[in-house]
Amino acid sequence: MDDRLVIAGREFGSRLFLGTGKFPSNQALRATIEACGTELVTVALRRVDPTATDDILDAIPPERVLLLTNTSGAVDATEAVRLARLARAAGLPEWIKLEVTPDPRYLLPDPVETLKAAEILCADGFVVLPYVNADPILCKRLEEAGCATVMPLGSWIGSNQGLRTRAALEIIVEQSLVPVVVDAGIGAPSQAAEAMELGADAVLVNTAIGTAGDPVAMGTAFKLAVEAGRRGFLAGLPTVARVADASSPLTGFLS
Amino acid sequence: MTLTAADDVLATDFDRLRAHVDDATPLDVERALRSPRRSLADFAALLSDAAGDRLEELARLSHETTLRRFGRTIHLFAPLYLSNECVSVCTYCGFSADNEVPRRTLSPEEVLTEARELRARGFRHLLLVSGEHARIVSKDYLVECVSALAPEIPSISVEVQVWDTDTYRRLAGAGCEGLVVYQETYDRDVYAAVHLKGKKRNYDWRLTALDRGAEAGMRRLGIGALLGLQDDWRVDALAVAAHARALLRRWWRCEVTISLPRLRPAAGFEPEHVVDDRDFVQLLCALRLLLPDTGLVLSTRENPAFRDSLVRLGVTHMSAGSHTEPGGYASPSDAEPQFEVSDDRSPRDVAAALRLAGYDPVWKDWERV
Repeated sequence: MDDRLVIAGREFGSRLFLGTGKFPSNQALRATIEACGTELVTVALRRVDPTATDDILDAIPPERVLLLTNTSGAVDATEAVRLARLARAAGLPEWIKLEVTPDPRYLLPDPVETLKAAEILCADGFVVLPYVNADPILCKRLEEAGCATVMPLGSWIGSNQGLRTRAALEIIVEQSLVPVVVDAGIGAPSQAAEAMELGADAVLVNTAIGTAGDPVAMGTAFKLAVEAGRRGFLAGLPTVARVADASSPLTGFLS
Repeated sequence: MTLTAADDVLATDFDRLRAHVDDATPLDVERALRSPRRSLADFAALLSDAAGDRLEELARLSHETTLRRFGRTIHLFAPLYLSNECVSVCTYCGFSADNEVPRRTLSPEEVLTEARELRARGFRHLLLVSGEHARIVSKDYLVECVSALAPEIPSISVEVQVWDTDTYRRLAGAGCEGLVVYQETYDRDVYAAVHLKGKKRNYDWRLTALDRGAEAGMRRLGIGALLGLQDDWRVDALAVAAHARALLRRWWRCEVTISLPRLRPAAGFEPEHVVDDRDFVQLLCALRLLLPDTGLVLSTRENPAFRDSLVRLGVTHMSAGSHTEPGGYASPSDAEPQFEVSDDRSPRDVAAALRLAGYDPVWKDWERV
């Protein structure tokens, strides 16, 4: 079955994207990237240090995996744009995960500043994947601004609470012309499968894998769950009935 | 609405909270342990003897909470002492003006040499520290030091005498994003008894410093109390927790870190009230449960074995290989250190110990924009 995800003209064989924070070591990160089969990995520019001996970028195989630099730490559009341009100047790919999170506790995205930054970065030739609250109108506005995907949150970053925003995610998936990547809050493989079953094009996971007792094994579990959820979605999930579906229908006599 | 986080602290009924530590029942502790969002009263219950009986459970919850928010990472930073000149007299500090000790102030060029040495040892986050001397360690001098370091050091914080908003704005503009001000003790009487001379005697000016810094654009606010000044450590524990919450609510864009150094011997000073290890662990875990997203900082005042054990209990930031005298890294002299260091392992050895414990030492976590 050829079911490739295409974002901004690039094909991805895996619908599992991986965040790189919170891993116990670069070695564990490297092994997890291999095990989970991801082809897109996001790294905070603030963590990147090309002058260090064991930098986080050393854990990412560039031939197989696309590096998606994120603007973590930016509190407004100006800072996010500057960080993106710093990444470009450092020779990193022009794919940017746009994060504008002025509140360092819940790390909730600022919708106003995110849209502002997206407009500037898209016009400047970046491939922009914005992290946003599950707001269907904002997602349409970002799509119109030229973003390559939208990345609505399932619940707060790192909360492992799953798809608290499910009702809004369903509307976003229904309306979106660009791929929808559910980002943040996915705490278990079953929740990743749920996102894929409801029609998300991909999921981005970090905390649940990075902080697992065995990140490699958890990465594999997510890989399988994302594939299972996707296949379930493509196969056409049966609708959930509120009452039993009688095997001897009341109106059977009419036929 | 109050105007500052300091006002919120001053409006807190600490007597009631302190009483709750003593009268907390096992049921109060149970509720505090189970609650998804904890109050200061819950925190008080977690400091109680009844909670002390459930320390292992407290530790497990603290570990899980920290892991979820921070992962298996520990941020490493180094203090860079600029000067031990000081006009204040504080009974517990090696820099105290009445101590006849060798004094030294680094020139901005010497500060840069120190920073480069620390950079070579791995550090990308430096905390600039000095005694209080408004003429020798002036605002212009501090701005000059930050400006000299900013092109080479991604993350700079200061822990110096408290200043007005304009000075903080100049420092932030020069590339300093973190402001650390320990109140030392939140108990006014004890504060007055240990700060005998100098501008530092002004309790309120110090308490409001973080508000001024945040207003001026500082992004990271570090607070703390010196455990051992006040004979009842729980008094300062409650106050520092209240201060953190007040800062987080008012300055919601800022990150807050808490440090609770246990007093160490310094020139002519032996701490009177020592907080024991078990109490310290209980406090650390209780803070983590009250403030799941707040950085908890551990200095080299603590010994290596204890530091290694605390990594799994809620600590998120550590200094390593510290020298507490100006010039200690690149040009050692006989200048008096601020306090005796207990963990004298090299940064490399501390990083190795962290890796052994399954934690990733994070040297760089900031990009100045």
